[in-house]
Amino acid sequence: MTDELDAKDYPIAQTRPERVLGRRGKPLDSLTLDAVIDGDVEMEDLRITPQALLQQAQIAKSVGRAALAGNLERAAEMTEIPQAEVMRIYELLRPGRSASSDELRDAAHQIRSRYNATLLADFIEEAAAFYDKRGLFRKRY
Amino acid sequence: MSQSMGANRWKRFDDWDDRALRLDTFAIEDPENGFSAFHGAADPKPDLGIKGKRVTSMDGVAAEDFDLIDAFIATYHIDPDIAEEAMAIPSNQLARMLVDMNVPRTELTRLARGLTPAKLAETVAQMNAMEIAFAYSKMRARQTPGNQAHVTNAKDDPLQLAADAAIAVALGFDEIETTMRVARNSWSNALACCVGSAVGRSGTLFQCSSEEAEELEIGMAGFTSYAETVSVYGTESAFVDGDDTPWSKAWLAAAYASRGIKMRCTSGAAAELLMGFHESKSLLYLEARCLCLQRGMGSQGTQNGGIDGAPLASSIPGGVREIMAENLVAVWLDLECASGNDARHSESDMRVAAKVLPFLIGGSDLICSGFGSILKYDNSFNPSSFNGEELEEFLVLQRDFEADGGLTAVEDARALELRRRAIDALSFVLRDLGLAEATEIMKRSVAVASGSNDTESFAPRDVALISDKIQGNGVDVLDVIRSLHRGGFKAEAENLLFLVKLRVSGDYLQTSAIVRDGRVISAINDPNEYDGPGSGYRLTDKRREELAAIRNVLNREEVLRAEAASEMGEAKAIRYQSMGPATPGTAKNQIVVGVSPGFGTKIFRTLAGHRLSAVLKALKSGIERGGGTMRLVRFWHTADTSFLGLSAARLSGSGVGIGLQSKGTAVVHQKDRLPHNNLELFSNAPVTTLEHYEKMGFNATCYAGNELPEPVVVPTRGEALGARFHARVALTYAIETALTEDDASPEDLELAFLEPGP
Repeated sequence: MTDELDAKDYPIAQTRPERVLGRRGKPLDSLTLDAVIDGDVEMEDLRITPQALLQQAQIAKSVGRAALAGNLERAAEMTEIPQAEVMRIYELLRPGRSASSDELRDAAHQIRSRYNATLLADFIEEAAAFYDKRGLFRKRY
Repeated sequence: MSQSMGANRWKRFDDWDDRALRLDTFAIEDPENGFSAFHGAADPKPDLGIKGKRVTSMDGVAAEDFDLIDAFIATYHIDPDIAEEAMAIPSNQLARMLVDMNVPRTELTRLARGLTPAKLAETVAQMNAMEIAFAYSKMRARQTPGNQAHVTNAKDDPLQLAADAAIAVALGFDEIETTMRVARNSWSNALACCVGSAVGRSGTLFQCSSEEAEELEIGMAGFTSYAETVSVYGTESAFVDGDDTPWSKAWLAAAYASRGIKMRCTSGAAAELLMGFHESKSLLYLEARCLCLQRGMGSQGTQNGGIDGAPLASSIPGGVREIMAENLVAVWLDLECASGNDARHSESDMRVAAKVLPFLIGGSDLICSGFGSILKYDNSFNPSSFNGEELEEFLVLQRDFEADGGLTAVEDARALELRRRAIDALSFVLRDLGLAEATEIMKRSVAVASGSNDTESFAPRDVALISDKIQGNGVDVLDVIRSLHRGGFKAEAENLLFLVKLRVSGDYLQTSAIVRDGRVISAINDPNEYDGPGSGYRLTDKRREELAAIRNVLNREEVLRAEAASEMGEAKAIRYQSMGPATPGTAKNQIVVGVSPGFGTKIFRTLAGHRLSAVLKALKSGIERGGGTMRLVRFWHTADTSFLGLSAARLSGSGVGIGLQSKGTAVVHQKDRLPHNNLELFSNAPVTTLEHYEKMGFNATCYAGNELPEPVVVPTRGEALGARFHARVALTYAIETALTEDDASPEDLELAFLEPGP
């Protein structure tokens, strides 16, 4: 990222369209109806990228919304994680789904090494510690 | 009569028992058992301990004793750089800052980042309903108000969903939300609403409320653009009972953003009470915890303000003020607020309208987080405060207060056109993608149907098959766009593509984002900057005109047109011939009927719909029954009933006259009385019958003979006659007064009834 965006760059799609690319590098103005009809556009081209999320995080921060920015930064990491894995970890984070905090720590380790998702891994480990403290690893059904 | 005299109860209570209000339950305040809006038995005093940027205690709980909610709030909500300064400000001073237009919103949202749940609650609890409403209006994040609709039906019929979605879009809803009667129908509902919402204009955000994993999948297939089902709770036990933790919900929040889908959390008063885990804490304090949690998670916004718990919250003293107060906490925390006003909290229309008013006049990001754009029985979320039945009432409230509730009336020919277009588009897509075949009967029945009881269309089992195919065949939004294009629905294909493209930039992930006129607006580029009269959101001339443009608005031309239609009939029924200037009469049995300038010349019917010839005939017959004769005089100097009556009496040989306006208002007068001290008056022209006029004519002869008859009393059943007729009265009367001339002499009229009439 060369320069940080702020409120005046918003909405990015209109003020800084050059900063928005689809998942496969297509610029916004190439995502036309004709291109869709011709089969040149796939769902992948309509997916948000980590870069777009990080830019939105910068804008959120510039107007005092650090918490929102934090979520967008976690989301940026999550774009790299396959859906099934996202949902598997969501399940693990729910009460009583894992037998012990080890399962959560394993998941954290995996996404850190496989997807370089350090924020998310820290987040899971933090949850594991609090769950231990509050006795959340009990069977629910 | 004799029976009721022996009753041992004032019968007014029976009347009250029959009101819809009495279906509502009201609960006693009981803080120990969680029934307290503002002052729970176990609500903590606000406090915060911080050591080296770490929270060591919060609201009476030491860090080592934090439950999951405390821990999350302390970690993610409390900003240690601001906390010391913010917590040091007394809560009554914070409350004053909230209503002080000179304290900028941004200063207050900055301070909120350092305030604990108990401090936030303590502050807003001191404010009365008016102060809360004002502060809400000042503190809400986006300047332009908006609204959200429910689009569902009792059969999960996709054709009706598409048609109703198109209507919701035309009405101006910024977001539409669907859900299902049968869980497996989710994919079909999503596809149907998605297509319907692309009819007419682009940019309406859409969500399909469903099981969490499935909702995300539907979003990833591109059918939906936002979600608001991420619920949070204010006690740990309720949270865990709801099968989540703050961390699992925060994970979902990130998951939605990572797929380019707008997301807000949901919480509302009394959810913990309903679930049995209230910890003897007040509704407001628990809500403040929920909201701090949501901000900490990085949710851009919240659906908040009672929500499903609204009926329970409203059963408690101050419950509705509490619902307003929690909305205020939400916007103070800088969250987008879809401000409830969805689940109907009362059977009383008055309680419903009163509850929505502060949000209508003060504005809200989304005034209703689910306005039932469909009929009550089709609302699969349960009836909303406002539904299809009451939609026009909402439009009129907007017009009354010149307040932008986000909606605009849809003209009826346009409505049918949009419905047909949506049905045709969806039918094509269903056939083209091999999902289902919609027959002509289905399509026609749905186009005109007000609700699913009137349709002959897909049944829930058919829908399950469609839904399974969509999911099984992996249909995504690009397939739908291509199909729409193949079917010649190019505008709809473009609209849908526009919406899906929004997710690439993520612009609508920012706080309070909606789409207006093809552009994302949010708290970033449309921030609420209210700082006093003349600032903040104001209606443009164009928007004001839109709000005024409801159905069936009366104007002068309309009144004259209606009269012109009656004129022909009257020409066949009666002839008035001028006999020159009127002079005082002498016959002792003479009753003068004085009519107004427009009587029979511009106006031909009374407000009750009687032809003026019939009214004159009735008066004449009553006068003659009493042994009198009727003399008709037209006055040109006045159109006022009292003066018509008094002037008539002064020309009358008997000294008694009847004043009669063309709208039917009539008065019996006596020449020596003061203008407004008449003998008898029919002021309720709309409910006056010909029999009443006949009796009035008779009574006039009694007064002439110095007898005291039984006055004619025109009974009313309490109709709001002013509301029904005053606009027409004012226009009619203006037509009359425009014909008057100062000092103009009255003229005698000779009457000829041309046909035997009523």
